[in-house]
Formats: sequence, structure tokens, C-alpha cells
Amino acid sequence: MVQLSCSDIQLNFGGVRALSGVSFEVMRGEIFAIIGPNGAGKSSMLNCISGLYHPQQGKVTYEGQDVTRLPPFERTKLGMARSFQNIALFKGMTVIDNLMIGRHLHQHSGLISGGLYYGPAQTEETRHREYCEEIIEFLEIQSIRKSIVGTLAYGFQKRVELARALALEPKLLLLDEPMAGMNLEETEDMVRFILDTNEARGITIIMIEHDMGVVMDISNSVCVLDFGKKIAGGTPEQVQQDPNVIKAYLGDEDLEEL
Amino acid sequence: MTFPKTLKAQAAQLGTGKTALRKKGLGIWQNCSWLEYLENVRTLALGLHSLGFAKGDKLAIIGNNRPESLFAEIATQAAGGIPLSLYHDSSPKEVAAALIKFDVTVAIVENQEQVDKLLDQPEQLPNLHRIIYINKRGMRKYSDERLVTFEAVQGLGTALGDQRPELFDSLVAAGKGDDTAIICLTSGTTGEPKGAMLSFRNLLSMSLAFNEADPKKAEDEFVSLLPLAWFGEQLMSVAVPLVAGYTVNFPEKDETAMADLREIGPHIMLSPPKVWESIAASVRVRMMDSTPFKKFMFNTFMPVGERYADCILTGVSPSLPLKMGRLLADILLFRALRDRLGLSRIRSALTGGSSLGTNVFRFFHAIGVNLKQLYGQTETAGIICMHRTGHVQGSSVGLPLAGTEIKIAENGEVLSKSAGIFKGYYNDQEVTRQVLTSDGWLKSGDTGFLDSNGHLTITDRTNTALTLSDGSSFSTQYIENNLRFSPYIAEAIVFGGGSLPLVALIGITSRAVGKWAGDNKLSFMTFADLTSRPEVIDLIAGEVTRVNATLPDLARISRFAIIYKELDADEGELTRTGKVRRETVAVIYRDIVNALHAGTETVPVDTSIVFPDGKSGHIRTTVATRKT
Repeated sequence: MVQLSCSDIQLNFGGVRALSGVSFEVMRGEIFAIIGPNGAGKSSMLNCISGLYHPQQGKVTYEGQDVTRLPPFERTKLGMARSFQNIALFKGMTVIDNLMIGRHLHQHSGLISGGLYYGPAQTEETRHREYCEEIIEFLEIQSIRKSIVGTLAYGFQKRVELARALALEPKLLLLDEPMAGMNLEETEDMVRFILDTNEARGITIIMIEHDMGVVMDISNSVCVLDFGKKIAGGTPEQVQQDPNVIKAYLGDEDLEEL
Repeated sequence: MTFPKTLKAQAAQLGTGKTALRKKGLGIWQNCSWLEYLENVRTLALGLHSLGFAKGDKLAIIGNNRPESLFAEIATQAAGGIPLSLYHDSSPKEVAAALIKFDVTVAIVENQEQVDKLLDQPEQLPNLHRIIYINKRGMRKYSDERLVTFEAVQGLGTALGDQRPELFDSLVAAGKGDDTAIICLTSGTTGEPKGAMLSFRNLLSMSLAFNEADPKKAEDEFVSLLPLAWFGEQLMSVAVPLVAGYTVNFPEKDETAMADLREIGPHIMLSPPKVWESIAASVRVRMMDSTPFKKFMFNTFMPVGERYADCILTGVSPSLPLKMGRLLADILLFRALRDRLGLSRIRSALTGGSSLGTNVFRFFHAIGVNLKQLYGQTETAGIICMHRTGHVQGSSVGLPLAGTEIKIAENGEVLSKSAGIFKGYYNDQEVTRQVLTSDGWLKSGDTGFLDSNGHLTITDRTNTALTLSDGSSFSTQYIENNLRFSPYIAEAIVFGGGSLPLVALIGITSRAVGKWAGDNKLSFMTFADLTSRPEVIDLIAGEVTRVNATLPDLARISRFAIIYKELDADEGELTRTGKVRRETVAVIYRDIVNALHAGTETVPVDTSIVFPDGKSGHIRTTVATRKT
């Protein structure tokens, strides 16, 4: 079943055309990778899905609903969550506080009861804390739950960002280069967490990733962008064989030499 | 009595009113009362029974310590079987060897990692027909028909219990005190581990005698940090709490263990010397990092504490000014320090397993931790002798426990006899006969003597004595313990004796030396690179020289070399409890040892090693030897 479809997306920044005529569909429960050389428009594409950018043309449909014009927070309510390429956490706050902010969407107590922390507000807080603790256990970050995010190693911060996205209880998770800058061991851990997130929690994942080994290993379908255009799509095997993809990555001259 | 019977009695008496086990989960300490403890054991035992697990069957438990490990152990005993704990970091090969050697039919494992060890075997393990796993994470795609979840087995047990409510009681009643309670792997610094069979009578009589010598209260807290495969942990986490009723706490994860320890603030702790050494070293490493004010406090008060400790350890009563100074030091420094280490409430701090360096001993007594030495073997169900509060002596290992007899054989070997003496090694009567005499004396392999007050002093453990060039003998362990007290030295292995000069292989502590290198603006790439830096060799040479100054002329280290990697249990250089296997080390590093003896300045090394994650790599370096 199709969960998200993008049709004929066109995005301009002034005279620069970042995306032109990009269309693809993402099935519920799959891991969908967007790849392409630097400047191909991958992050722009993700931003169109999450609502940070609004394409001039084309349509983003999520769960059968046209969300093209919706702002990001409305899409979050519909069950989308994302992580950023450059970590976007509250660096001066603890891990658990960052996660609890992720629960904001699901907290309903008002200003007064929340501020005074009585009755329902208290039980609600406890419930959300429990949810966050389950994520902490899931991502194995118990040892840093009370650490200030800014003091943590990069690999941990990336993991905390995934944790915060999961705290939103998303149905669709957008990950912008979750493995960027990680060493082999951290990458392997992250891959395991992404797979577990997908399998155990049944969350659809759209991710941008440069590590081809990872992409080919774990994704169900791949979309390849180059200069704002979709040049190939399909299963990892199909994409790997595609001459357009080889050309985009290696260049024409190299291809002739081969 | 048996463990299941004792558990039933405790549950009947204490019920839900007292916490038996506590595990941190979802960030909160979750209590398990004695009644819940029994209920979990009951359903699991019945579940095992309905899977066909019968009397005398063996069950292996593999994984980190958690309440389920204890449920598994006692449930196995209730179902008539014999449990056996393996180290959670054992390699697949070691696991397979143990499972085959002990005819294990059922394994209870913690998680996917351990399941993989059992499934990724070149040949299917012959007797193993059930693998029960506790954590379901990542297990969705496994289809091996031997796999079943811990919950499912308990579910079977609940169903069977509803059908036949009397079954559990009759299973428990069938157990006898002389039945084998556990098979415990001996640490095996020499050769392969052996399985010592211990009966309920062994363990319970030992627990009672131990509790009499070092009383524990029901309100006490204990944190289970060390592998249950180590006998000391078996005693402290399973056997003694059944008798004494204190609470056993399980940390959330390995990485949170120290923080969890501090939250609990245990009253009782039993660790091998390695742990105490690393705590003492970590304090000194952290002091290097500290503010000038804290350094000043430490340097001012530590000597006061040490002088006080010297008095206690030699049995001299401290002078009044010293007592006052010590009180001040306690208020201003030691109290805070103990709190930092999670030792603020410690009443009974125990070390056992091998000998602890006198410096470390002195350190803990200086900061006000009443550290006591235990002496014993797995084969004696733990303890032969121990220090008593108020009678701690640095040199001896204390008095025998009640009911334990000691005698010194003609060759100086320590022999003991008690109700704790084991039933023998599993399927190894030959070796059993070597250590157990026909009239019930157990040979320890250690030499020692009894003083006029009945205190036992161990002069040498398992043949580490060496003969000096003048014919006198000296313990290498003494030299090694002194070297290891340096925060920069993690391991020291001394070779030589007779006509050969004394030389040492030194393993550096990556954290302290790495930090030292950083402070001194010394750049390095890998651990091997760090060890070969002349500055680092100078640093270690300084430490060795300092220790040499305290040794008799003939027992000084004449030359040393730094090992280019950290010693690793996966390569057999260490036992799983962290003791050095001298023979293996001597073989692996024979080129370096030969060069040290010959006085050669450099040794080229070109070798492949296996990293902890199982990948193998290549090391090509030059090891320099240094004369001191």
C-alpha cells in the first residue's frame, strides 16, 4: 500500500532549479533510500516531504491526503518525523529532556495544570516519561540519559536525534544522512537500530545516505537523483545495474575508459 | 536443604514484604519480592519440566547477570537438573566446548548475541535440544526449531501448574542436600577450565559459616556486577542471600554499572583484586585531571590516611594525634571520595580470587574502606580463611571459617577440610584424585604457614615463586603487584630466576598513558604506536626504577619491554576473570622474553591478532627493550 507519493515535484530557488519533475512512491513499512551525488537535490527532496520547503509545482500525498501546502508541524501531527544532517538538538539540555520535548505533540495538559504539575498533568508526564524510557532502552542509550547533549560524542548525538524523532511516535521517519561521519562500529550500530525501528515498530523509513554498502544492504527501494532529476528508481539491484546511475557516479569519461 | 527449599521457606516467611532482587529497568529500580522470586522460579521450573527436562539434566546459562539468571538457576535445581553458568563474553568455540564437555541439553541465554554463538557452530551441538532466550530483540527472523522464549516456557509452566498444583512442591521435595547444586567452572590459569561439582550442602554450609564470620543483615544491599560464572559471584548473588536475606541489585547495563552502584551504595562487595586495583588506579588517574585545590587536599590527607592504615594493618594502635588527623581527613576528603566510588555505605568489602597487592590494601584502608581478604578455592565452595573486622593484617589471609580445618603438608602445601569440600570435577575422576586425598583433604596448590594465633599466611600461590641467583626464593607476584600499583601499568609479568636475570613484560593502561601522552603533547596513532614511543618507555622505566628501589638487589627487574597490545581473554592471555595465564603469555611473547634475557635492544614483531569484534588484523612494529 502506498503511504507517500510525490508526483512531478518542481522546486526553484530564484533562478536555480533544485528539483524538476521528480516522482516516486513509498510503500508502507519499507526502507526507501534517496541517493545521488553532492548537490543532486536529496535534502531538498526530503525538505519538500517534511514541509520545510514548498515546491512550486507538483503534489505530495501522504496517507491519501494532499499535504503539499501543509506546514511542517501539521505534517508531524499526521505522523511524520525527521532527523537532520547537521544535528538539531537542544545542546544545553539533557538527553531525556530532548526526548520529552519530542513528546510535546502528544501532551495535552494545559498551561495551568502543566505549570502547577498537579493531577492529570502528573500522570501524563509519567506516561510520556515511560515512553521515552522505552526508546532509551531500545536505542541503548541508558548510560547517557542524564548527560547534556552538547557534551556527547558525535555518534551518540546522532543516536539521540533518532531517539527524539521516535519520541514523536511517527508512522513515517525521514532520516537525512543518519550514518554521516560515523566510524565503522557506529555505522553498524546505527544500521541495526534503523532495521529494528523498521521491523519491530513497523515504521516506514525514507533516508538519504552516502554509504552505498548500507543503502544496498538495507533498503527495499532506491531513488537516484542527479541535478534535480530522478535518473533511476527501483530495487537496489536494478539501480546498481542502471547505466544512468553509473554515469552519474563515475562520469562519462571514466565510463568510456571502462 | 536445597536452594529451592530455602527459597520456599524465605518466601513463606518474607512474602511480598521484602525485596529479594532489584533490577533497573526504564530508568527506575524495579523490585522483585521473595514471593515473586519464588513464583518466577516455580513457573520456569514447571515449564522446563513440561519441555521434558528431567533429573540430572544439565542446563547452561549464558548472558549478563539479571534476575532471570537466578530464576533459571534455581528453577533448574527445582526441576532436578544441574545449572552451569558461562561467561557472557565467551567465544562460540569456548561455549561449544563447555556445552559438549558438560552434556548440556538446554541453554538459557540472554539475547540474540548469545543465540548466535549457539547457532553459528560448524557442527550442530549434539545434546542441545532447547535454546531459551530472554530478550526477544532482533529474534523475529530466526526459525531454528530449538528456539523458544523465556516467557513462553514460563507460560507452559503456569499452565502445567494450573493442571497439577502439587507438582512443583513434589519436585522440590525430591531434591536432596547432597545433590549437585551447580557445576562451576574453575578459573583455569593453568590449562582448560574444569567443572567443579558443588552440592547444596557444600554451598549452604559455606554460606552459613561465611555469614557467621562476616554477618550480613537482611536490610543490606549488594550489587551483582561480576559474572555469575565466577564462583565468588555465585556465592554472593545466589547462595548467601538465600540464607541472609539481603537484596541483590542488578545494574541496567554494563555501561551504567558504576552509576548504578553509586545509586545503590551497597553494604557488601566481593570482587577479585583486579576490580579493587582498577578502582584505586582510577582515583589516581582522576586526581591527575583534577583542580589544584583537589590535588592539594588529596596530597595532604592521603599520607595521613596511609599512616593510619599502616597502624591498622600491622595491629598497632594509632596515636591520638594520628586519630585526630585521620578524623579531619575523613570529614574533609575521604567521605566525599567514598561517595564518589559508591562505597559510602560499605561495611563488608571483600577481595578474593588471588592475592591483592599491599599498596592497594593500604589505599582502601586509608580512605576508610574496611577491605578484607578472603582465601579459598571454588573446590572448597569458596572460603577457607578470611580476615575478621578489627583483625585485618596486610600479610595474612586471616583465620579459618568455623568448621574448616587447615593443615600444612610436609611440602608446605595448604590443605583444608570442611563441609564445603566439593564432590569432584565433572567426568574427571583422575584430576579429582589429584587434588582430593582419600581422607577428604583438599590440596590447594598454594604454600603457606600458620602463625601462633592460627592466622594463615600464603607465601606463594600456584608456583609463581622463583629462585634468585643466591638460591633464596622470591614471589614474582609480589613484584608484579607492586608494578601494577602504578596507574600507568595494567599488567606486569615477571620472567627469569635461577641463572637468568629478572625481566618483565609490561602492559600499559591505555587510558592513563593516553592521557599522559595528551598532557605532554605527544601524538600517537594506535595503541601499538603509543607503546613504542621512547617517551612512554621512559615513563615506564621511571615507574620500574621506583619499584626496583623497594626490592632486594637480586629481585630487581633488570630489563623490561612494553607489550604492543592489550592482553585479551579471547586470545587466552587472560582468564575470563582477568588473571594472567603466564604459560600462554610466555609462548606468545617468547621472542621478546628471549630478547630481554639476552639483552637485545630491539625485537621486530610481525603478527596477526584478533580484535574483540572478531576481525583479525596485522601488527608490524618494533618492540624496544630497556635496561633499568
